[in-house]
Amino acid sequence: MKGKTGDGGWSPYLAGALLGLLAIASAYATTQWLGKTSYLGASTTFVRAAGLLERTVAPDRVAANEYFTREKVRVDWQFMLVLGIFLGALAASATDKSFKLESVPPTWEKRFGPSVGKRAAGAFLGGIVAMVGARMADGCPSGHGLSGMMQFSVSAFVALAMFFGVGVLVAALVYGRRSP
Amino acid sequence: MTTEQWLGLVTGVLFGFLLQKGRVLRFDKQIGAMLLKDMTIFKFMLSSILVGMVGITLLRDAGIVTSGHKSMNLGAVLLGGGLFGAGWAVMGFCPGTSIGAVGEGRWHAVFAIAGMVAGAALYAELYPFFKTTVLAWKDYGKIGLPETLGISPWVVIPVFWAVTILVFYWFEKKGV
Repeated sequence: MKGKTGDGGWSPYLAGALLGLLAIASAYATTQWLGKTSYLGASTTFVRAAGLLERTVAPDRVAANEYFTREKVRVDWQFMLVLGIFLGALAASATDKSFKLESVPPTWEKRFGPSVGKRAAGAFLGGIVAMVGARMADGCPSGHGLSGMMQFSVSAFVALAMFFGVGVLVAALVYGRRSP
Repeated sequence: MTTEQWLGLVTGVLFGFLLQKGRVLRFDKQIGAMLLKDMTIFKFMLSSILVGMVGITLLRDAGIVTSGHKSMNLGAVLLGGGLFGAGWAVMGFCPGTSIGAVGEGRWHAVFAIAGMVAGAALYAELYPFFKTTVLAWKDYGKIGLPETLGISPWVVIPVFWAVTILVFYWFEKKGV
């Protein structure tokens, strides 16, 4: 097992194990300092971001919405965690020169060509469907996949099987054929 | 900023650093897994689960942290999980990795982020409808596998470790 990948990254086993330590430390730290155990997650932040944005144009609509009220539209621990992911990835990519401006990823380009518009449409529509699903299932690969699995939540096993099972089927349909 | 916000930010920076170093933020890694060609994201996720489950179980047994199971709401997890899988395959990012991908320069992830914010707003609009339909079918509550099976987590952990390490050997043998 190598400690580094060819492009200067770390072994996924090593980086993953370190994330496991971070998850343990984070559960401990949130309990000690915030009085309630919080587990790593990301998708609820998109609800809060949507609420914050929507509030600038239609504050009454947000205030009257049951789901926004339930999830509380504010910049909380997880919101800052998600912003932190951006900064951490930026710092990590700067240290090993793996930062690269990319407008269309290679696998997408092979199938759909170099059009940024097509990529944008796919990402936007896929994003809508994925987030409706993540909120319905009450978690994403962070909340269910990492945090739920670490606690052996029954919902995490089922959610992860659905995420990946349907992902494999749809990916085969979408990227299965080579570009003409 | 409050203590809560600082703690979130620091944790997030470390989270993002490890996601980037593990090279799991990329579209091609996520789609590579779904095409069963590159299992990097599973090596990463499963390694973190192996380590995390031991520490979380110890802390929980000691009464230091509390569990945070999400509800096993059957319709919600099956249909929601399926919708997420379909969207994930087209978008090529999950919520956490989309933000990190922009951080390492893969700026096209902003379209995915915009889509997900729109999806969250849409879900908030549709919530009253879902609440009386898909969310109301069958809810088994916040349950853990060991309690459901009536066994100790310390039986589940070694089994999970053994199976996962076999899977890792298989990934390396296949070169995925």
